[in-house]
Amino acid sequence: MMHLKETELCLGLGLPGSCEQTDTALKATGKRGFSETVDLMLNLQTKDQSSSVDMNDKKLQSSTKNNKDLTKPPAKAQVVGWPPVRNYRKNVMAQKSNTEETEKAVAGGGSAASFVKVSMDGAPYLRKVDLKLYESYQQLSDALAKMFSSFTMGNYGSQGMIDFMNESKLMDLLNSSEYVPSYEDKDGDWMLVGDVPWQMFVDSCKRLRIMKGSDAIGLAPRAMEKCKNRS
Amino acid sequence: MTSSFPEEVLEHVLSFLTSQTDRNAVSLVCKTWYETDRWCRNRIFVGNCYAVNPRILIRRFPDVKSIELKGKPHFADFNLVPEGWGGYVYPWVVELARAYPSLEEIRLKRMVVTDESLEMVAKSFNNFKVLVLSSCEGFSTDGLAAIAANCRNLRVLDLRECEVEDLSGHWLSHFPDSFTSLESLNMACLVSEVSFSALERLVARSPNLKTLKLNRTVPLEKLSTLLKRAPQLVDFGTGAYSAEFRPDVYSSLAGVFSACKNLKSLSGFWDVTPAYLPVINNVCSQLTSLNLSYATTQSPDLTKIVSQCCNLQRLVVLDYIEDTGLNTVSLSCKDLRELVVFPSDPFIGDVDVQLTEHGLVAVSEGCSKLHSILYFCRQMSNSALIQISKNCPNLTCFRLCIIEPRAPDYQTLEPLDTGFGSIVQNCQHLTRLSMSGLLTDRVFEYIGTYAKNLDMLSIAFAGDSDLGLHYVLSGCDRLRKLEIRDCPFGDKALLANASKLERMRSLWMSSCLVSFGACKLLGRKMPGLNVEVIDERENVNSIPEYAPVEKVYIYRTVSGQRFDAPDFVRIMGKDKDAVYNLS
Repeated sequence: MMHLKETELCLGLGLPGSCEQTDTALKATGKRGFSETVDLMLNLQTKDQSSSVDMNDKKLQSSTKNNKDLTKPPAKAQVVGWPPVRNYRKNVMAQKSNTEETEKAVAGGGSAASFVKVSMDGAPYLRKVDLKLYESYQQLSDALAKMFSSFTMGNYGSQGMIDFMNESKLMDLLNSSEYVPSYEDKDGDWMLVGDVPWQMFVDSCKRLRIMKGSDAIGLAPRAMEKCKNRS
Repeated sequence: MTSSFPEEVLEHVLSFLTSQTDRNAVSLVCKTWYETDRWCRNRIFVGNCYAVNPRILIRRFPDVKSIELKGKPHFADFNLVPEGWGGYVYPWVVELARAYPSLEEIRLKRMVVTDESLEMVAKSFNNFKVLVLSSCEGFSTDGLAAIAANCRNLRVLDLRECEVEDLSGHWLSHFPDSFTSLESLNMACLVSEVSFSALERLVARSPNLKTLKLNRTVPLEKLSTLLKRAPQLVDFGTGAYSAEFRPDVYSSLAGVFSACKNLKSLSGFWDVTPAYLPVINNVCSQLTSLNLSYATTQSPDLTKIVSQCCNLQRLVVLDYIEDTGLNTVSLSCKDLRELVVFPSDPFIGDVDVQLTEHGLVAVSEGCSKLHSILYFCRQMSNSALIQISKNCPNLTCFRLCIIEPRAPDYQTLEPLDTGFGSIVQNCQHLTRLSMSGLLTDRVFEYIGTYAKNLDMLSIAFAGDSDLGLHYVLSGCDRLRKLEIRDCPFGDKALLANASKLERMRSLWMSSCLVSFGACKLLGRKMPGLNVEVIDERENVNSIPEYAPVEKVYIYRTVSGQRFDAPDFVRIMGKDKDAVYNLS
């Protein structure tokens, strides 16, 4: 016959919401990591079950072995079946972020990669591109168009990006609701993409933002200046 | 008294009792009532396909029109049940085909369904009407083609989140031109493109079509064409909802939606282009159910839609809706009964999405009819849980998943015992509970003391000792399904409450501390239970008896042990041999 009452911790039988006495053993000192709490669990067991210590020791030895396997994985994804999201949903959502994952993985090991974040106004999350994969603005804009289906080519010039040589065309673009790509350069300034030769762009671009033409008006002065300098 | 009470009258009275529980109760009154019930009961529900077998069923119920079977345990949804465990429907179909040629409805959940089974269904039942497969696997589109080609009177073909080997979309074209009885078609989980013209013609010749859930391959531009053919739809699921914005497509779609006066439920919206969401504005006020859980778009877009859904009863959405969106829900959707919030990025620690406990508290405050919650989030507090319990005393289903295992109250860093304790104390009608976060044995004491109507309980990474399990098994009188993973529960509580297990449908325990020895003992002492040890380790035969098993699944059965189990499943203690390996 089990005498479970003997093994009860001093748990107060206070009702929920009342001033409670927390068990000292359980008082958390900080956010718990997975492995921390597993160890804590095992400690509590040795304390409690004094009535059948031998059994418990043996159990704990073997269960520690199993639990040690459980404590290994630091990354959430390695805990099987947690969080409890069904395969069906995981697969469907994963199809969206799949490319992101592979890009991240490459970035982790790659040496010559040049990943920059790309955000698009109105899109729910960021993407990343490796600028070293492309050799021209045309290729970059093709890739961006694939990633963000609303980012159409619109009124771009022969280079595939903004034609800075043509002032009126530029102003038309910036007054429209078409999307234009802008980038943050090494100095922290936001520029319109396409103003410098490709390689210079790759070296100085820190991040990309695809925004509505009308929002990019503020970036125009620099672009206009450069346009004027060339003509 | 019974002799002067004609059986026909009793039969007529019983026909008004449709609930399985009521029918079961009725059959226990006396022999006459048992007999009357068995002759006239034609809707059968089997919650665990291994609790009974086809022969027993057929012997007792000679005239069955509708059958529902469930196979794998719930945790199979999260990959905890290894491939090949069981749940095969074929042996059932063989016997059903022989005994019930006029069977009309088959509903299966978490079962392995082969093309062979589907072919047999297609050919054996002349008046077959309803096929619903939920979370099933093992069949291909060939099986669907057989159903389409042969079931002349089919009304419902509903595939809910099944894993189908999708060979092609041709199956749809197998519905003959003379086939006009379709009322409900759900093909959302299929991957292959079906012939659009075949689909359009099918819809056009199905005047009773009420439910249509398309798969992702049906493009947005083609939706108007379909909806024009079926303005009578009540439940519609779009395909991929993305396209370049075109005003003509937009206005055509908006117009067609407006014409759907009976539309009450919407779903789909994969890859959503936000610019196209407002086409449903005119039907929002009609909607009672809205599933935006594949709409990966930001909070403002989602909020704009839900703010117009003043009659919404059921909302399924991603955490992209954020607290602000849920606040709008609490103000706009006063009739809300059910809220489901799924995580957009369940495997990432920190996300940019502002969805916290505040959103849930807001909905609980504003929506007094709320009775069912499934909520994934990254932080929770006892005070929030207490508030929710006070706002929603009529909760029947509360499932909370805090993404980080064992996460404490983020404000006080204490366990969430008092919060969940408050839920079970204030919500006396609670029948289903799933918990997460940091929880000690104390929460189980609360559950055992207060959760007297609890039917199903899911526990993960919780508790300190056997005491926790003991509280639940000894206290929850109505508990029928208990599933536990990664908790320090072991032999003591299990063995002390062995008789309780016979009053439950099933108990699942994985990554706990239940030993081989205890499983064997339980299996031997309890003939009414199958104690299945599921253990895939290579050296499993040399693991000592006191060592914990990987997984154990215990269920009551009148069918005895099963003979279709793979070698990593052992039905314990069922013979004079210590361990009965049934490979």
